[in-house]
Amino acid sequence: MSDKKIIELNNIKRNFQVGTETVHALKGISFSIEEGQFVTIMGKSGSGKSTLLNILGCLDSPSSGNYLLDGSSVQSMNKDQRARIRNQKIGFVFQNYNLLANTTAIENVELPLMYNPEVSTSEREKRAIEALQRVELGDRLYHKSNQMSGGQMQRVAIARALVNNPAVILADEATGNLDTRTSYSILKLLQQLHKEGRTIIFVTHNNEITSFSQRNIVLRDGKILSDTYNPTILSAAEALEKLPKEEDEEETL
Amino acid sequence: MNLSNLFRIAWRALNKNKMRAFLTMLGIIIGVASVIAMLAIGEGSKRSIEKQISEMGANMIMIMPYDNKAVGGVRMSASNVQTLKISDYQDICNKAKYVGAASPYVSSGGQFIYQNKNYPASISGVSPSYLEIRQLKIKSGYMFTDSDVKRYNKVCVIGKTIADNLFTNGENPVGKIIRFNSIPFQIIGVLESKGYNSMGMDQDEIVLAPYTAVQKRILAIDYLHGVFCSAETEDLAPKAVESITQILAKNHNISNPDDYDFEIRSQEELSSMLTSTSDMMTILLACVAGISLLVGGIGIMNIMYVSVTERIKEIGLRMSVGARERDILVQFLIESVLISITGGLIGVIFGFLSSYGVKLFAGWPVFIEAWSVVLSFVVCSAIGIFFGWYPARKAAGLDPIEALRYE
Repeated sequence: MSDKKIIELNNIKRNFQVGTETVHALKGISFSIEEGQFVTIMGKSGSGKSTLLNILGCLDSPSSGNYLLDGSSVQSMNKDQRARIRNQKIGFVFQNYNLLANTTAIENVELPLMYNPEVSTSEREKRAIEALQRVELGDRLYHKSNQMSGGQMQRVAIARALVNNPAVILADEATGNLDTRTSYSILKLLQQLHKEGRTIIFVTHNNEITSFSQRNIVLRDGKILSDTYNPTILSAAEALEKLPKEEDEEETL
Repeated sequence: MNLSNLFRIAWRALNKNKMRAFLTMLGIIIGVASVIAMLAIGEGSKRSIEKQISEMGANMIMIMPYDNKAVGGVRMSASNVQTLKISDYQDICNKAKYVGAASPYVSSGGQFIYQNKNYPASISGVSPSYLEIRQLKIKSGYMFTDSDVKRYNKVCVIGKTIADNLFTNGENPVGKIIRFNSIPFQIIGVLESKGYNSMGMDQDEIVLAPYTAVQKRILAIDYLHGVFCSAETEDLAPKAVESITQILAKNHNISNPDDYDFEIRSQEELSSMLTSTSDMMTILLACVAGISLLVGGIGIMNIMYVSVTERIKEIGLRMSVGARERDILVQFLIESVLISITGGLIGVIFGFLSSYGVKLFAGWPVFIEAWSVVLSFVVCSAIGIFFGWYPARKAAGLDPIEALRYE
């Protein structure tokens, strides 16, 4: 594993003005994430993890502090530059998938590339197919989002996050809407991607997820409560095996 | 940003909501179609009036004497004013610019008699070129000639109404002798029928004779009741009028226009009077149609606005995968312009169809002018941009974080 730092946060603060009151959502967060790490960020609601995720995802700018993403300083960027960096360096996976309704898998996956003028039509299609094959949906390229199960939709969302070959994948409660079995299969996929060298940040309030990640950062009240490396990483693949067999339909979830 | 990609994005978005896109389009379709059809009907009626006028001789100029002296406080009727002389006519023929043909004009009312039939009408004394000026044609026989004029020959050419009333047995009038009051005239030709003009006057109630014969043998006068001219082209009529005015003013030694003892009228006045009515109708119809186009545009705005609200989450997603504000703005603008342009195209087709439908079923004259098609098309595209702008602006101004969280 290389030591190249993908993400460096230095004393990040984020304040919100609510009426006359100032809410300090983040009160000085500093950590760095190296290339190829699988990190979970834990925290109860109100701990600031959503704010942190928005900043990590370049959707929001910190009130103060430095944020370096893959070597470029994000807090000095304007909206358009942040849009560009989201387009090229970040892959989002959301809790509720956020697929375009009534749209085929391949069109959903192509979406980030549509906003990248450097990618030609043929390359866009090629990369979308590759990404979908990577998440084992090579046979469902033209299925529409409303014809798929939750697990399949989340796989499409992961393919969409992969397609621009991002520096970091940001998953926001990516298994929150899924049943245990499907959650494990998604985690299994994320662990595989991690093994291939992807940097993954998984934001969750679910304790269980942390046992599958390499490193766990816990937030409370806008500060880091703990930042620990996981000595015994569980394999999601094994966890999936151990689950009692239901019917035989689960494999394609 | 790659415009073709944004175009594709907008196209996909519209495709997902075909029915709604179509219903939105319907407003534009009806608007554009009605603008085209209304303008076509207006233009058609204008053209048919203009055609009638040109059948009367579109470039005709009438010169009438005008009594402005009011000797002893009594104004004389034009036919009693003796200021217009044959020399004026000759000068107009020889010196006036832009004048094609000219004919003197004298007339007298009376009774035409053939055997036991009689019919009241007036006889017009003219020269042969009158036919050309009034766009009349000989149906049978021939027109009298300049030598008939020189010899004061009592010959005449009659219109259909006269022929029908005097020759009820279907005899050929040509060669017959009729009497005007007591003076015999030989019919040498019959004019082609022109029917009624746009003011309801029977254009076939006409008898033409050499003006010399009418002057000397009927009226015993040496002045003219008027001069009819034709300008070389319709457009040159005002210039011809100017030229004639100068000649007559010089001949009559009048420098102040208020003192002119003649009056010149061109068909232009008549045509502008008649077309102004149809112009007003056209404007009225186009306004109503324009309003429907506007309502169609507001329909687009309404739907785009709903569409933005409905797709807030999608907009958030697009922003999170790298769409800039401008990309979102352009996407929604393209969507509304696509709706309006497609609607416009279909509207043009329906405009053509309904125009011809009106022609076919109602029998109204229609004429589709290229500019009306271009105009309504440009207007509806502009409407797409104009009414798409506000919703698109709203979409682009969304905060991606809020939008993603929106339920």
